[in-house]
Amino acid sequence: MRKLIVSPSPHIHSVENTQRIMRDVIIALCPSLLVSIYFFGFSAIKLALVGVASCVAVEYVIQKYILKTQVTINDYTAALTGLLLALNLPPSSPGWMILIGSIVAIGVAKMTFGGLGQNIFNPALVGRVFLLVSFPVLMTDWSVPASWFREGVDAATGATPLALIKEGLSNGLTIEQIMAANPEISYVHMLFTKIGGSVGEVSALALILGFVYLLVRRVIKPTIPLSIIGTIFVVSGIFWLANPAQFTDPIFNILTGGVLLGAIFMATDYVTSPMSTTGQIIFGVGIGLLTVLIRYFGAYPEGVSFAILIMNMVVPLLNKYCKPARFGKEVKNGK
Amino acid sequence: MKTFKIGGVHPNDSKISKDCAIEDFPVLEKAYLSMAQHLGAPAEPIVQKGDKVKVGQLIAKPSGFVSANIHSSVSGTVAAVEPYADLAGNPVMHVIIDVEGDEWEESIDRTPDIVREIKLSKEEIIKKIQECGIVGLGGASFPTHIKLTPPPGKVAEYLLINGAECEPFLTSDYRLMLEQPEQVLIGAKIMMKALDVTKCRFGVEENKPEAIAKLKTYAAQYPEIEIVPLKKKYPQGGEKQLIEALTGRRVPSMGLPIDAGAVVQNCGTALAVYEAVQKNKPLFEGIVTVTGNCSEQQRNFRLRAGTPIINLLDAIGRIPKDAAKVISGGPMMGKAVSNLLAATVKSSSAILMLTEEETKRKPESNCIRCGKCIDACPMGLEPYLLVRYSRNGMYDELEENKIYDCIECGCCLFSCPAYIPLLDHIRASKAEVMKIMRSRPKK
Repeated sequence: MRKLIVSPSPHIHSVENTQRIMRDVIIALCPSLLVSIYFFGFSAIKLALVGVASCVAVEYVIQKYILKTQVTINDYTAALTGLLLALNLPPSSPGWMILIGSIVAIGVAKMTFGGLGQNIFNPALVGRVFLLVSFPVLMTDWSVPASWFREGVDAATGATPLALIKEGLSNGLTIEQIMAANPEISYVHMLFTKIGGSVGEVSALALILGFVYLLVRRVIKPTIPLSIIGTIFVVSGIFWLANPAQFTDPIFNILTGGVLLGAIFMATDYVTSPMSTTGQIIFGVGIGLLTVLIRYFGAYPEGVSFAILIMNMVVPLLNKYCKPARFGKEVKNGK
Repeated sequence: MKTFKIGGVHPNDSKISKDCAIEDFPVLEKAYLSMAQHLGAPAEPIVQKGDKVKVGQLIAKPSGFVSANIHSSVSGTVAAVEPYADLAGNPVMHVIIDVEGDEWEESIDRTPDIVREIKLSKEEIIKKIQECGIVGLGGASFPTHIKLTPPPGKVAEYLLINGAECEPFLTSDYRLMLEQPEQVLIGAKIMMKALDVTKCRFGVEENKPEAIAKLKTYAAQYPEIEIVPLKKKYPQGGEKQLIEALTGRRVPSMGLPIDAGAVVQNCGTALAVYEAVQKNKPLFEGIVTVTGNCSEQQRNFRLRAGTPIINLLDAIGRIPKDAAKVISGGPMMGKAVSNLLAATVKSSSAILMLTEEETKRKPESNCIRCGKCIDACPMGLEPYLLVRYSRNGMYDELEENKIYDCIECGCCLFSCPAYIPLLDHIRASKAEVMKIMRSRPKK
């Protein structure tokens, strides 16, 4: 008689798997990548390629030659980390710098903790922050490299809007005066393409497009991004209403810096975010609050990366104390 | 549209046999009647080798409180009373009958007339149901007469009829609701009388609009029965989920449906109750869907208990070449068959064939903490956490995290992108935790 498969139920499985999820996130990042290739040309392509290749290579080498375990680079998670790292760097970053970032991201932040699913901190953000504190000049050089596609750069400014504001405020200017001196800081520019910043954050619209794709494919739920953005809106709104000369307005805070990139793609990383809805809301609110506080009162003009990394540390605690709503809470005794 | 609130998944419907009308499956040469056709203690055979039996004759008696009568599904001579391998290949006592003709007990009313008037009293109904060996046909095969007798101090308020049929592929309940709607409704009325309740809700998932329409037409004569369309979501047919969907109440943790004032019965059980009480017919046959994407033929049979699965598959033209798994029941909660010679029982609902591609589990990879198992769990548990505790034998933590509430619906494993065998681990540790809990002295 022929052999039958005999295993416990359930006997069918949804189409979902890790590889498909990671591929979806990579697809969702494509609009942003395309926009930055349009504006930064070869340097954006170079950063993305070096980032992906080096992260995959680092994971392969560690798994194959150091840990001597099964190589899992085909789950696309290393590739995704590489792409996210590239999108979080200034367009003029040299190739060797992203290589160092990849070694730190995969080698230190991911593999030392036990590989996929075991890390506490978002690997790409650890890589970015490592580079930020190690190479502060290169990491805040927002000059726009020459592009294959465009002659004469009118696209991005030399500094990010947040850096301009920070600098202006420290020189004793008011927000109004800074804005008047820098007419290129406009919402239209932020939404479409023309703000200075990391490779991945040139266009808010492209990021939102990716967000919609992730929601439609049910890769992420809107809980974390919306609670981050909502908190930033409310908290910066309170400061702004109290003193519009010193504090930037809420819309500006949402559209600048890494808020959208961070909220949509970095804070929603499964491994480093809480599992229950309550936990996710607390996590998002924490990130939003820390971001605004760092921006207004910290030394760095930008705070999303630090805010996410700090909240990453709280995740195990949130997982422990924020339980999902159980069905039928009351326990019947005597049975 | 109504449904339960926590968790649930949406597997592909796959109701490919829904348009196949119910056909009578022929009686074969031999019938193999298991003594374990219900939840609880196996029945005791009361016939011996050489005895002549008729269709519907009592051949085994209950051996405990939770147990049920078993009746012959064929007429002929008892060839043996001996252990015979069940679905999993384990020996179980069977009464094996050489079939001669098809002679029914005279007391059974075989006319197609619908008997509407309920003459028996509450007590007589329950006695009749017990005599006829009726068990729940929704999957668990719990003896129906026990469910219709709430323990002292508990009062039933609602009778809920389960016509959700939320498992993919299964269409036996659907065909039943479509072809014998009035009998099902009368069955519900009889159970309402037995329970002394005035409210009855009949839940049917929205993917069966024809059944909903048909039931609604007939329910006009039975105003106390409310037909409630439900949103399509698995596991809607789970007792606790169905109670929430239909009444908004939640059965407390470790509690029984009666604690929410509800008694749930499957629509197939309602038909069996009708036939027992109004037609004097014991439960020895039922509707069985034979299906699978790999099978050329899809069928819904009215099948006598005791038919070997292999004969059933032969009748539809042998097992398809690429069928890799044969399942008794649905793809989410059914049991994989390892012995095709095993016979069907009175509560069999489907024989499903899946190809290797449809059913083979991919290799397990690392948990990526996506939380999809938490989102899928209809009991609000954290399957990933239960598995971590299970792997380390942390039974106190498992109990604290309510592993005993798991209904083994399979939603967690179904939705895990890392293919972690969540339910396999949880099932094993749940049994262990329940054992520990039972061994404690009662307060």
